[in-house]
Amino acid sequence: MNDATPFGCQSAPVLRERGQHEVFCGLTGIVWLHRKMQDAFFLVVGSRTCAHLLQSAAGVMIFAEPRFGTAILEEGDLAGLKDANDELDREVARLLTRRPDIRQLFLVGSCPSEVIKLDLARAAERLTQVHAPHVRVLNYSGSGIETTFTQGEDACLAAMVPGLPSTDAANLLLVGALPDVVEDQARTLLAGLGIDHVQVLPGRRADQDPAVGPNTRYALLQPFLGDTAAALDGRGATRIAAPFPFGEEGTTAWLRAVAEAFGIDEATFARVTDAPRARARRAVAAAAETLAGKRITFLPDSQLELPLARFLSRECGMEPVEIGTPYLHAGLMGPELALLPQGARLSEGQDVDRQLDRVRADRPDLTVCGMGLANPLESEGLTTKWAIELVFTPVHFYEQAGDLAALFARPLRRKRILTDPAPLLLAENTPGVRGLAPASARE
Amino acid sequence: MKLTVWTYEGPPHVGAMRVATGMEGLHYVLHAPQGDTYADLLFTMIERRGKRPPVTYTTFQARDLGADTATLFRDACLAAYERFKPEALIVGASCTAELIQDDPGGLAERLGLPVPVIALELPSYSRKELFGTDETFYQLARRLATPCARTPEVSCNILGPTGLGFRHRDDVVEVTKLLDAMGIAVNVVAPMGARPSDLTRLGAAHFNVLLYPEHGEAAARWLEREHGQPYTRTIPIGTRATRAFVAEVAEMAGVAPRLDTGDLRQPWWSASVDSTYLTGKRVFVFGDATHAMAAAKVARDEMGFEVCGLGCYNREFARPVRALARDMGVEATITDDYLEVERAIAAAAPEMILGTQMERHIGKRLGIPCAVISAPVHVQDFPARHSPQMGVEGANVLFDTWVHPLVMGLEEHLLTMFREDFEFSDAAGPSHHGGHAPGGEAGGPAPQTPRDISAGKKEENALDIVWHALAEKELRKIPFFVRGKARRNTESFAAERGVAEITVETLYEAKAHYAR
Repeated sequence: MNDATPFGCQSAPVLRERGQHEVFCGLTGIVWLHRKMQDAFFLVVGSRTCAHLLQSAAGVMIFAEPRFGTAILEEGDLAGLKDANDELDREVARLLTRRPDIRQLFLVGSCPSEVIKLDLARAAERLTQVHAPHVRVLNYSGSGIETTFTQGEDACLAAMVPGLPSTDAANLLLVGALPDVVEDQARTLLAGLGIDHVQVLPGRRADQDPAVGPNTRYALLQPFLGDTAAALDGRGATRIAAPFPFGEEGTTAWLRAVAEAFGIDEATFARVTDAPRARARRAVAAAAETLAGKRITFLPDSQLELPLARFLSRECGMEPVEIGTPYLHAGLMGPELALLPQGARLSEGQDVDRQLDRVRADRPDLTVCGMGLANPLESEGLTTKWAIELVFTPVHFYEQAGDLAALFARPLRRKRILTDPAPLLLAENTPGVRGLAPASARE
Repeated sequence: MKLTVWTYEGPPHVGAMRVATGMEGLHYVLHAPQGDTYADLLFTMIERRGKRPPVTYTTFQARDLGADTATLFRDACLAAYERFKPEALIVGASCTAELIQDDPGGLAERLGLPVPVIALELPSYSRKELFGTDETFYQLARRLATPCARTPEVSCNILGPTGLGFRHRDDVVEVTKLLDAMGIAVNVVAPMGARPSDLTRLGAAHFNVLLYPEHGEAAARWLEREHGQPYTRTIPIGTRATRAFVAEVAEMAGVAPRLDTGDLRQPWWSASVDSTYLTGKRVFVFGDATHAMAAAKVARDEMGFEVCGLGCYNREFARPVRALARDMGVEATITDDYLEVERAIAAAAPEMILGTQMERHIGKRLGIPCAVISAPVHVQDFPARHSPQMGVEGANVLFDTWVHPLVMGLEEHLLTMFREDFEFSDAAGPSHHGGHAPGGEAGGPAPQTPRDISAGKKEENALDIVWHALAEKELRKIPFFVRGKARRNTESFAAERGVAEITVETLYEAKAHYAR
């Protein structure tokens, strides 16, 4: 981006599509949520497909005896609903006997359980009574018919809000599950600013749940938390509007919004942020050399696409071609849209075949997409960055800004390394030499 | 309802995807909610395909449910046909769509597409992935194979290889070589690599080679009935089975049995003196029925192992597995519950496991080396190198793969001789493969699992057995890779006799008792 690039996409048209979506459902959120909430167990009520999805998404993690599982519906459960409730009670009782360390149990709805209208909310109430006070049972839906990927976290946190303790204190609530290292950095920065009444949703353990009330202010750490925000508003808390803390600029803007809400003076702000800001800028600069001037397209996945496009365009000099997002929450994204360069195509939802036609026509230097599309696009000669890594890797705040930029620079650097500048000429008369020629030359 | 963390098999529509993805020119329209596309990444990541699976998902959402999901399905079907122009279409429902009862078959039929449309009935709540592959391939063969004259030369079809199959790619190469050596041509390989138009020619072959009964038995039976084609029963995994397969094929084809053994190294490797230490190694075998049974026979007859456990996760094939297990003097473990497999393995206390990806991790937990013999497998078992399980090269591959995790003879001898040396101390671990005591590793966050969900109840008969200091010291002299078993054997020996204190004497009495 040069100095003449105009910014501000608040009134840009958004291409809204529907058709085949190549995305994960909300159940996938369990894979990172259960790491964060150390005494919670996530019990999906669903089909073999749900169990298979979690196994595929969790990869190797599934073999570490994780705190999630699937109660697989069988033919008998579909026959009569009363049966299903008894079955569920039995499975939950078995589970809790085996795992006495569990304090919170989430009954997670899936497509099958939603379609047969299994009332998991009532089941959660019933089971809470049975297993109180040791275990609290909650319910939310991570079904594909209702949620896309990271929306599963939103649904989970929103389900926790009504049960949070009340307070009249003027506390600050940080909302969104971040890796512990990032959460600690955020707390340190805020403490440096003199804001020390900070709590995080979700807490690491059930007894660390934050309190909420009319004097609570909250700031979102993740962009996909619309329902949670609405639930917190419903409890009288006030949202601090800010861009999301990606990159030096995003983190500074986020911290500044919080600092202003708490009346922190500019000198203090500068004293706390100047050094990490300089560090972040230096770290980003290393990767920006690779990224500057490159064109990038985001396919919809996590709702992180807009803030990441903003970071990559403003701090790394990339040019967004199309920014796809599964869902565009205009209210939460306002500050991000104001910072985005004009001219990028914004799209919400997906018709994957038509969107891939656009990618092929645009031929961006880098395409951010899911793992079902990454290798096929690579084999078409496009360079990709698979999106799911951005949800698992620590990428927020100052110290991770360089890592975040490097995630995008790495596939481009790799492509450069692997491109053989001077392939050897193969002798025409050597027997068996055809076996060495690349596939394209053989056909 | 059944609580599950690991599943050996996916739902049946994933089986249908494996058939469609293995083939060319076939498209699958799957009535499914948003999110079911996760299965694409099995093919693009684990099998590392450079093409998207030929599957269109209708992606219905909650707001569609009250309205018209049937229209959504019809539109997706038409769009998929227009875009991909397949030679044939298969249509079906995933588990959620099965509940809303839109009848994909009927809906697609009424579109009047100019290509065959094959409806799949895959009951998601009672059947699984392997049923899905078998049923889909059967329906395709039934619908597409037409009566046709036999080829003038002797030819056969190769039935069963699919997308995401464990070593299917290389097995087909090896089996083709076996057939080629006898002058038998391959008519069609299916589903893998075949087009719907190729399936119309299935009837031209003289007989069928059924490589994977899990994926092709229904089709093979139907072809036998309707097209008079016999099919092979021997699975050519291991040297003996490969020879038997060649004999069976030769008889079916009416040609002389010929096998080029120039590259067959497994029998000599197994006979060479360094392999003597393999004699009687106790192995536990688990996987899909076909691979588990083949592996058990190779383990016993060609490697000289003792099979101390045998089982499979696909109940459809439980009967032959039970019979073979009986023949080997062990009880079959037929289950799709990994906790049950883990218990069976712990009880059998093998020195090695031959299993799936799940058993590899069970082995890691229990400190037992493991080699993978069957799906489900992860990305490392879709190797770049040629790595068949079947035929001559397959036998060579099996030997290397299974022996590698074990401590080989010379190495074992040296370890015993120098066990007091620092390089060979317990802390150094037996080898870089498996067998390490878990925990204590630097780097990487330790999993925050406060409790083991699979941990059984405390052993009922764990008497308070006390080890004398001298016996304990003597126990430390036993090589670490068999020490666990020695401790267990001694303790149960003591418990059986009501002995509460273990002395050096008891230790050696137990050793004599369990000697073989």
